[in-house]
Amino acid sequence: MCLGVPLRIVEVKEGNIAIADMGGSTLEISTIFTPEVKVGDYVLVHAGFSISILSNEEAEEIISALGELER
Amino acid sequence: MEIKELLQKIKSISKKEINIMEFCGTHTHEIFRYGIRQILPENVHLLSGPGCPVCVTAEEDIDYIIALSEEYNLGIITFGDLVNVPGSLGSLNHLRAKGKEIKVIYSPLEALNIAKENPNKKYLLVGIGFETTAPNLAYTLIKAKEENIKNLYFLSLHKLTPPAMKAILDMGEIKLDGIIGPGHVSTIIGRTGWKEVFEAYRIPFVIMGFKPEEIIRGIYHLIKIIEEGEPKLLNTYEKSVKEEGNKYALETMYKIFKKGPANWRGLGVIENSGLLLKEEFEEFDVRKIYPLKIEKKPEKNNFCRCGEVLRGVLKPTDCPLFGKACTPENPKGPCMVSSEGTCSAYYLYGGE
Amino acid sequence: MEDMILLSHGSGGESTRKLIEEEILKYFGNELLNELYDSSIFETSGRLALTTDSFVISPIFFNGGDIGKLSIYGTINDLSVMGAKPLYLSVGFIIEEGLTLREFREILKSMKLASEECGVKIITGDTKVVEKGKGDKIFINTSGLGIIEEGMDWRGREIKEQDVVIINGGIGEHGLCIMLQRLGIKTDAEVKSDLAPLNSLTLPLLKISSGIKFMRDPTRGGVAGVLNEIAQKYNVEIEVNEESLPIKSWVKSASEILGIDPLYSANEGKVVIIADKKEEEKIMNFLKAHPLGKDAKVIGEVKGKGRRVYLRTRIGTRRILDPLKRDLLPRIC
Repeated sequence: MCLGVPLRIVEVKEGNIAIADMGGSTLEISTIFTPEVKVGDYVLVHAGFSISILSNEEAEEIISALGELER
Repeated sequence: MEIKELLQKIKSISKKEINIMEFCGTHTHEIFRYGIRQILPENVHLLSGPGCPVCVTAEEDIDYIIALSEEYNLGIITFGDLVNVPGSLGSLNHLRAKGKEIKVIYSPLEALNIAKENPNKKYLLVGIGFETTAPNLAYTLIKAKEENIKNLYFLSLHKLTPPAMKAILDMGEIKLDGIIGPGHVSTIIGRTGWKEVFEAYRIPFVIMGFKPEEIIRGIYHLIKIIEEGEPKLLNTYEKSVKEEGNKYALETMYKIFKKGPANWRGLGVIENSGLLLKEEFEEFDVRKIYPLKIEKKPEKNNFCRCGEVLRGVLKPTDCPLFGKACTPENPKGPCMVSSEGTCSAYYLYGGE
Repeated sequence: MEDMILLSHGSGGESTRKLIEEEILKYFGNELLNELYDSSIFETSGRLALTTDSFVISPIFFNGGDIGKLSIYGTINDLSVMGAKPLYLSVGFIIEEGLTLREFREILKSMKLASEECGVKIITGDTKVVEKGKGDKIFINTSGLGIIEEGMDWRGREIKEQDVVIINGGIGEHGLCIMLQRLGIKTDAEVKSDLAPLNSLTLPLLKISSGIKFMRDPTRGGVAGVLNEIAQKYNVEIEVNEESLPIKSWVKSASEILGIDPLYSANEGKVVIIADKKEEEKIMNFLKAHPLGKDAKVIGEVKGKGRRVYLRTRIGTRRILDPLKRDLLPRIC
């Protein structure tokens, strides 16, 4: 419930909504708390809202961790 | 630094017998999930504090929700875990069995859709969660007002973490040497959000993330600070936690909510530890729209000792009900109900 | 207004007859069923297996299948994992008044295709209709009869230390797919239930390997549930290796978002196999070459006598993997 999950933004829409990639599904989230978010950014998502934008370094860690799973 | 290296460093610097407490349900869970207690030196004791918002929900609040639903025929919309928490007469699950609608949501914005799609029904959105979640509910109410939604009401059970920390430190039941700061509450309130507690108690405090590597690294830093004897407030979760936190989230939260007293299971009523709706949003305030007096039931002694567990004074395995009268299928208190609850974690992961 | 199933369709009169003959027989018809006797009679001999399951899943249509397909494959799988070649099925419908005829036909079509794919015949059935509000669209019960040929009955083979635990592919897909759908979270085509019939996998596997000691499909309760059942029934200690668990990336993300461990999430196209270590290579080669076993993995081993299941975490620590004691979300099967 308290969980914050790092997801990648694939589309930014009007009204502070964005589509985040869940690796096979997409999640519509509110970006009202991270209004500067752009496509390609990784954000931490909690209960349907992005609460922080992650750094490039962290994003790269996530990509490589996911890569290992695609065995 | 790799885990092996970190553990070696921890072993070499950790001399004192110390108690460190975490205040976040997700930390409780992950520490168990990865068996972190097993690999820390024996002189380091990890305690779980009141970090699970569901676990600190007072029995009266559950009773109140059930009474409201029955009296005024309200459907309930809330997050999953709350549904199993026992009140004095039953949980929200029992409401469902009686034919009342209970809708579990992932994002509170879903509540707006539910209300709009069912204009002839009335719903109560129960806001539960700490500072990580409260802004989301706040924004949901802003949208509800904007979209002129008339069949959605709100009950805030939101609570703030620093006051709970202060209460535990004030009670002085256990000697706490350090605090593991919750990573996502900190994402919202920033490192500055803890300055008041830190200055008042001068207790070593390290904010950390949730991956086992991040937790072990954070604990290493915490032990280092404790051993060096110079209290510090350190943020090791910089990738998500900024100095000032998330100003948008904080602004939104305080646009809708103001601080007030809150009733914490195990800690009692703490001033300025809860979030109440401001007057401008009274139209959603279920307490004002549907006033209901429930007689305070005499303390039904079901021997639940969640309070002591939440304060870190009692280990779940030392509770006489643990695993016998109190199990996840038949919980006597919220610590066993919530997936983030300490008792639940001990039960699920074998308390090792 | 769309054509609907009404109470009269279940009353046993003309409407019922029409529903059976014009709809049900159209899809399921065969020489035994068409007779519509109170019991269908056939002859067979050998070691027989009988199983039954009721399906109450909501939503009834989901990514990767529907309640009809599930009711066929679910029962086929219960037979298949016991080494039984599926022969005949019975089908019982309890329909809530108001289900559209269109939806009912879709379910029937799905069941027809599924049963044909598995080479089974539906030879008897029953249909009831209940008032609106007394059901939830449709509940289905299927019973299945299968025949176990010589050498295919794995029961009685002793589970020993060093036996391996194998799964034929990614875990947690069905349960998490349903949960995402129930919470209204939009998903891509990639996110779907792993619903599949296992007879073409388990039966040939049992023929080529006599080292298989146990098989079960991990539905409700997930892989953790089945492993605990094995540990308790046979008094063995099992250790699962977290790093070797096959988990699709969407499952991992969804599990983090919803806070649900894939080890506890239901599967509908998977089988947990306990086998002699000496047979590991042979079994894995077979699985990897099979469409339903491409992602097969050895996920753990039997450590000796005991009663519990442990997980070796990715950081090297070991912790208990207890069975889940409560419903993650109701009605996912």
